[in-house]
Amino acid sequence: MKPIKELNPTFLTQEENKEHLINYLLETADNYLILGQRLGELCGHGPNLEPDIAITNISLDLLGQVRSFYQYIAQLKANQTTEDDIAFLRKEREYKNVLLVEQPNTDFGYVIVRQYFFDVYNRMFLNALQQSADETLRSLAFKGIKEAAYHERFSGDWLKRLGDGTEESHHRVQQAVDDLWIYTDELFHSTASSKAMMEAGVAPDMLQLREYYYEKVEQLLETATLKVPEVEYFQKGGKKGMHSEYMGRILAEMQYMQRTYPNSRW
Amino acid sequence: MDVNIDKELLPILESVKDPEIPVLNVIDLGVIREAQRDGQKVHIKLTSTYSGCPAMDVIGDDLERAFAKAGYQTNIALVMSPPWTTDWITERGRQALEKYGVAAPLEESADKAALLDGEKVVACTNCGSKNTRLVSQFGSTACKAMFQCNDCQEPFDYFKCLK
Repeated sequence: MKPIKELNPTFLTQEENKEHLINYLLETADNYLILGQRLGELCGHGPNLEPDIAITNISLDLLGQVRSFYQYIAQLKANQTTEDDIAFLRKEREYKNVLLVEQPNTDFGYVIVRQYFFDVYNRMFLNALQQSADETLRSLAFKGIKEAAYHERFSGDWLKRLGDGTEESHHRVQQAVDDLWIYTDELFHSTASSKAMMEAGVAPDMLQLREYYYEKVEQLLETATLKVPEVEYFQKGGKKGMHSEYMGRILAEMQYMQRTYPNSRW
Repeated sequence: MDVNIDKELLPILESVKDPEIPVLNVIDLGVIREAQRDGQKVHIKLTSTYSGCPAMDVIGDDLERAFAKAGYQTNIALVMSPPWTTDWITERGRQALEKYGVAAPLEESADKAALLDGEKVVACTNCGSKNTRLVSQFGSTACKAMFQCNDCQEPFDYFKCLK
């Protein structure tokens, strides 16, 4: 796909633009890291073999994608920063992932709902990102979207199966939908950096996709015989670094190795 | 696809296998986009298959070792664009896969029909029957899905089409 706009060749030579791009990359990529870590916790703990393998495969895809983003950040910073530093050595407030991805693996229903809510967004996002004015982002999007299609297929299928399954599975997955719904809106919030990148043609305008997102998700919920929650207030904060209590625990586990054995590499 | 590979280097490149599918060498897998000599230095452009594929790091290390043995220093660059597709697996590679028990990727529309709509188009690597069923869209590695033959009961992997 062609970029919507050509990037001015001097764009990244301006410190301010570069700073915004780095922030924007973090806002995007930290979602992959934290969700990948969350899914990785389930390795060997899936309800049976197939979803176990699928979930760890998805985790691996997300961690693979996040590496490319962090490598790009390291390249932009052009100091001694490595992808590992970015993944493992930041403090909680410096992570910009949305609250949705840090929510715990309460049960299989929560895992699937969290995944589906994210996958629909991610696929739409990567689809739009293929027209970014930034060449690296275009190629990352082009690569990532192929994987994202598989992810959405997996989580969507399971959501239907659980919703339209037994009384117990229906009840539990409805609970997960009710609990996680309040975290969906944040996916579409813009920040100072995303706005700056949008103006430059680097970032897609996610607000334009919001309506389509809810249309799609609500349609699937209906197929799955699930109710769309009615809420007036949506939760937010992750993109500003204000996380839920779960985040610290994720980081404690994720960063343990790197902090205990500094400079070890994955 | 345009590749730019120095023929003299082919034997060394072909000695490096995919660590997870050891019957496929890196040429047959289609991940080498460029390999050029510059004195005792070899410049390689390597494209990654799936973004999270842990085999890529190992392939990089194995390439370095193989070239070091032949007296070369290597400089490996990972390229993202254009992204790798299963079309780049060579005919020889596809045959090696089938013989190894992994069904080679179908073309895109047949692949979608097999993985998304449950159509019976993937042939069993053991008996050749197309009366097979998808067990899981995700397999032992990121590039594979799990199938089982309804006729001979053989469980087997299918290399997913990536395009």
